[in-house]
Amino acid sequence: MKFEDEPVPGYPLPILPGHTSPGRFERVLRAGGFAVTTELAPPDSADPEDVYKRARVFDGYVDAINATDGSGANCHMSSLAVCALLTRVGYAPIMQISCRDRNRIAIQGDILGGAAMGVCNMLCLTGDGVQAGDHPQAKPVFDLDCVSLLDIARTQRDERHFQSGRKISFAPRVFLGAAENPSAAPHVWRPQRLAKKVAAGAQFIQTQYCYDLALLRGFMDQVEALGLFGKVYILAGVGPLRSAKAAEWMRNNVPGMHIPDAIIARLSGARDQALEGRTICIELIQAMREIRGVSGVHIMAYRQEESVAEIVERSGILQGRSPWYPERDAPQYSHRTAAS
Amino acid sequence: MYAVRLWSVRHARGLHAFYGGFEALLVQLNGLFRALGYERIERPTAAVEKVVKGLLFDCRMCGQCVLSSTGMSCPMNCPKTLRNGPCGGVRADGNCEVKPDMRCVWLEAYHGSERIPGGVESMSKLQLAVDQRLQGHSSWLRVTREKSNARASP
Ligand code: SF4
Repeated sequence: MKFEDEPVPGYPLPILPGHTSPGRFERVLRAGGFAVTTELAPPDSADPEDVYKRARVFDGYVDAINATDGSGANCHMSSLAVCALLTRVGYAPIMQISCRDRNRIAIQGDILGGAAMGVCNMLCLTGDGVQAGDHPQAKPVFDLDCVSLLDIARTQRDERHFQSGRKISFAPRVFLGAAENPSAAPHVWRPQRLAKKVAAGAQFIQTQYCYDLALLRGFMDQVEALGLFGKVYILAGVGPLRSAKAAEWMRNNVPGMHIPDAIIARLSGARDQALEGRTICIELIQAMREIRGVSGVHIMAYRQEESVAEIVERSGILQGRSPWYPERDAPQYSHRTAAS
Repeated sequence: MYAVRLWSVRHARGLHAFYGGFEALLVQLNGLFRALGYERIERPTAAVEKVVKGLLFDCRMCGQCVLSSTGMSCPMNCPKTLRNGPCGGVRADGNCEVKPDMRCVWLEAYHGSERIPGGVESMSKLQLAVDQRLQGHSSWLRVTREKSNARASP
């Protein structure tokens, strides 16, 4: 969809009534669109072009791009910096904030800084333990947890003060999110935990990978029973599996990952496992769209980012709409022929 | 001790009831505590609290005890010190993402809270960010003082 008040890249959109951010992502969700988000793996480099290159592969296929914050407890370019680079050219990033590496003083400062640089969406996370990453010798901070972080971010925005009570003169205008894992134990209590996040300030949720649709359906039923539909937008997490071996590895090594045996069997029986992985992903997306309360999908294609375009295209979830990207509305000189 | 900690969760109902009585008693003693001076009794009380709760719950003396809303499973034993429920990394066998040999404290918390009045609902209370200054202080005395003050000025 195209907004008439489409801004100069890097400038905020006007804020609509009932919205808390001037961002496109919130607009798409509140307008009832089926949103598509993805994840950008921050580079191990100080070259901004490395960020732009990684963002461009999603052009025209996603509504927002998550900038991960030391995901898997591995060190990369910071989430705040990736977001600042992305907003410069108009992309809509979702800034991930993990509680693992920074205390409340640093985090509240980053929320203001991010918002000042045009970041409209922030995802509040607990973060993986340091043991999972490349610096297991580091000190884990965890001054906050994701729920108290949400509460603090919401206070900064709505009540315009820091946790200390000190005033904020211009509040960060942000759309706040959190993660949830419908596939992890304790399944029956996950929706309660989601309710807590919503009470603390979460307006959207991006789930971890859901390869087990039965679990996701059960989760969504409970979320509905708790009366949360309409209070929070839920984007289901998916991603292409490259091979049966990769899936097996992820299942054993990525915290909270649940991949049913049937999926692994299907992959190992395929001639082209990577293609089969994408097909499974597309089928999941199409099934997710039919689940009541699912407002979009979050496609995580680590190290296969270029496959996101194909997955979105083949799944048909955008239904012909073309999410904004820097060159979208530029005149298409390339299509001119000598005769015209 | 880990085994005692698990025992405590299994006996959450009794411990919860006992603490209820104990807390009421402390509130009764507010006058005495005030006469002695809360500051003066802080250190000895904290020392006793540390031993008792350390034994029963592997208490970390965060100073703002939430055991009654976590089914008597101390959330500060979570390697991420989460106070509002489990992270997304709980293993399929119910053990902790970070410490594979330990049960996730939040799984224990759900089981414990099913045994106490208020049930799992008691876990839905939002726990705001901890005040790190209270680390090492007596939670008993803080609660006693707060409850007594609340009672004095309704
Ligand atoms: S698995 Fe449980 S105990 Fe371990 S870090 Fe996560 S919430 Fe804490």
